[in-house]
Amino acid sequence: MAILDAGIAGAVRQMEAVPPDWPGNPWWHWLVFTVAIIVFVLVMVIIVIYVERRAIGWFAARLGPNRTGPFGVLQAIADAIKVLLKENITPASADKIVYWLAPAVVFAPVIMTFAVVPFQDGALLADLNVGLIFVVALGSISTIGVFMAGWSSGNKYSMLGAMRMVAAVVSYEIPVILALAGVVMLTGSLSLNDIVIAQERVPFIVLQPLGFLLLFIGGCAEINRSPFDLMEADSELTAGFHTEYSGMKFAMFYLGEYGEALVMSTLIATVFLGGWQGPVLPPWLWLIVKIIAVFFVMVWTRSTLPRVRIDQLMALAWKFLFPLALVNLFVLALETLAWPEALPLYIIPVNLAVTGVLILLGSRLYKLGWGRVEV
Amino acid sequence: MRFEHYGLGIGKGLTVTLRNFLRRRITTQYPEQRLVVSRRTRGNEFVWDREKCTGCATCAKTCPQGVIHVTTSPGEENCYYVEEFEIDTGYCISCGLCVEACPYNALTFGYDFELAKYRRGELVLSKEDMSPDKRRSSGYFRPDIAATLPEQTLLIKRKE
Amino acid sequence: MELRTEPFVLNIGPVHPSTHGVFRMRATLDGEVVLDLEPVFGYLHRGVEKLAEERTWSGVIPLTDRLDYVASMTNNLAYVLAVEKLAGIAIPERAEYLRVIMSELQRIAAHLVSVGSFLNDCGAYFTPFLYMYRERENIVDLFDMVCGQRLLYNYMRIGGVSQDVPEEFVPALRLIIPRLRSRIEEYEWLLKENEILLARTKGVGILPRELAVNIGASGPVLRGSGVKWDIRKADPYSIYDRFEFDIPTGEVGDCYDRYRVRAEEMKQSLRIVAQAVEQLPEGPVRADVPHLIRPPVGEAYGHIEAPTGEVGFYVVSDGSIAPYRCHIRAPSLMNLTALKDMMVGWKMQDLIVIFGSFAITMGEVDR
Repeated sequence: MAILDAGIAGAVRQMEAVPPDWPGNPWWHWLVFTVAIIVFVLVMVIIVIYVERRAIGWFAARLGPNRTGPFGVLQAIADAIKVLLKENITPASADKIVYWLAPAVVFAPVIMTFAVVPFQDGALLADLNVGLIFVVALGSISTIGVFMAGWSSGNKYSMLGAMRMVAAVVSYEIPVILALAGVVMLTGSLSLNDIVIAQERVPFIVLQPLGFLLLFIGGCAEINRSPFDLMEADSELTAGFHTEYSGMKFAMFYLGEYGEALVMSTLIATVFLGGWQGPVLPPWLWLIVKIIAVFFVMVWTRSTLPRVRIDQLMALAWKFLFPLALVNLFVLALETLAWPEALPLYIIPVNLAVTGVLILLGSRLYKLGWGRVEV
Repeated sequence: MRFEHYGLGIGKGLTVTLRNFLRRRITTQYPEQRLVVSRRTRGNEFVWDREKCTGCATCAKTCPQGVIHVTTSPGEENCYYVEEFEIDTGYCISCGLCVEACPYNALTFGYDFELAKYRRGELVLSKEDMSPDKRRSSGYFRPDIAATLPEQTLLIKRKE
Repeated sequence: MELRTEPFVLNIGPVHPSTHGVFRMRATLDGEVVLDLEPVFGYLHRGVEKLAEERTWSGVIPLTDRLDYVASMTNNLAYVLAVEKLAGIAIPERAEYLRVIMSELQRIAAHLVSVGSFLNDCGAYFTPFLYMYRERENIVDLFDMVCGQRLLYNYMRIGGVSQDVPEEFVPALRLIIPRLRSRIEEYEWLLKENEILLARTKGVGILPRELAVNIGASGPVLRGSGVKWDIRKADPYSIYDRFEFDIPTGEVGDCYDRYRVRAEEMKQSLRIVAQAVEQLPEGPVRADVPHLIRPPVGEAYGHIEAPTGEVGFYVVSDGSIAPYRCHIRAPSLMNLTALKDMMVGWKMQDLIVIFGSFAITMGEVDR
């Protein structure tokens, strides 16, 4: 698009772009980045758990954990040690191999996603030119892990919980992908590095407010966070797909849940808020700040909103978010074709107006009428 | 499910939560900070004044649970001598009827509350345990003692 | 081609994830839809009515605290009214006003607990629950100042109240009333128009008007179904005819209406407390009645409007130092009669929401 070509060509780069095989040797590049990513993910998960527990406490007029370590920073490590010392019980009617593999299948995609997230201009493990599709595909693999966990437990309530989760995730993939497709249309490339560079003048949240909302709501639903958390441990009756897990395997699910929240926050921060760009601080610090800001908004909605029911969840995806996402994509395509030379200043108010009209219309026309079932 | 308010209801809720995020927390972190209990606190211990007690056992008759045991024997000058005066605080429900019933103000509640014991037998208070020089009294039904105690910490008086 | 499904029995066991006590439901489910429900209770039965026969007339008052342990001032008041009716005792003015102030403050505290637990059941992660408890802390501080305990007060006596309020009570109360008013407004903003809460509770668990009247429901459950019946206006006890207040009612009888009735009742109780504090006279607080009282032979029924409904005590005396018979009409138990009809046809997750909207206390149901 012409508006962004002017941005890319004319903007002043903050630092020199990092070459694709940075210390010279591709094997050293792989080793350095792998270690850095694993350390980053583990440390960020601990920070994210800390932010969540403290922030939920403060929203509810109480303090979070503040006794282990200075200001309670080591609470997650204390929980991890406690969980390591517990007994790993395998139910007798479980399918042993699948039961053993399921936590790994849930947790591995979390770390793999960070291979394509840029920490600085060009500082990635692998600058794939299909980066965004890679990220979306990995999100789906976690769902297979959850289904494996539910099936292999041998417990009918775990199976119910896992099936609900699969249905919900599959339904919410579509608005998420359509929101991301809008961003791809704006940049013309699927690589996350190019998407961040294309936000040099203006971050995409301003250009695509409806896309941001769709990705946020769809993302919350995919990772089972409140208000859509009826599949996880807070479920009122059945305890969800990880009932039969204890010990370190349960810790993998727990870490995986916060890891997925981290992945979704990183995705939103990279695609809509401008990744590592910012004036004064080093780029990786800006990325961390933006991730924590997005995660804070997720914690905020978790502590305020009640839970939806399962049929309301599915209806929201198919009848509200899906038409909105389609119309959003259509409008963006029209703008790209009709006004390629328009400055960002003209597109922003048009998009905001379209967002407002769509939300009003959608609210008016959306109806889930189904109440009591006649027995 | 309808969106009658176009998502504004959710927005209002989020602003209320944010406002409470910025208010001061009201938690008192226990061993380092303590609150002052009420002047009329009904605790779990008793203070018995040997001088004032005449052994009438009105308290024992009034107690709904029957935890007070009084044994007397004839003493000098036409008075009773109280041999045993025991209260089993393990069964006591802290209702306060005994303190209200005593006609001579000899029995009062205690003021402290950190009184955990390791054995059930240690919960039975004998007359030596309950002497006034060992424990502080609370002001339940005894206004003269209540006037000497410190003021209660109230939540409404804390700054927010 | 239709799928062949088979109903299964789910035991929603005595130990609950929500805070309503030990209550067991055996639900027959077909997929998600509830087909049949069988409530099983009695896990908290302590034999209160039998214990009351072994204690003196004044000694039963601490027992009545422990019935509806969330609202213990009103339980005390119901029993004491029954005995005073039996023995024909007149109580001083200041005692009447103090009783009204304590009952209404207790109603606000109990409704805060009920609304907080209900919102917790709907899924808001403990946040509204803790906000309500923070406001209840103010009221509990006042009760602590008066009678020394925070939950089981034992404050009412036959012939008045136990002791007079200390001097710092009325200034503190005058500070607390505007704080409660503004905070209750703020929490309405939190959840009254929330679309997700409306979706979970509007139209869910409807109790029709005729059914509510036929089963003898009372309290917010009855008023939520549109019946304007409140004992404070229909059969006034104590001095309630001197105060001005309204009775909020719902329209349809769903969970949302019951939640709104409780929220509005809190505001009306604040009005009554404000009026009573202005009119509080001086004088004694206790009539000259012995501790070990022996009422004349006879029987009496004393009933009041407690936060959960109509609490009644039927006492029979044979002239001795202990009651001959003391029967307790527990409102939560009567309200639960309609449980099965309200739940059949809804989904599994609605079960918890409907049960939470009753706001029962197991101490009353099982006695």
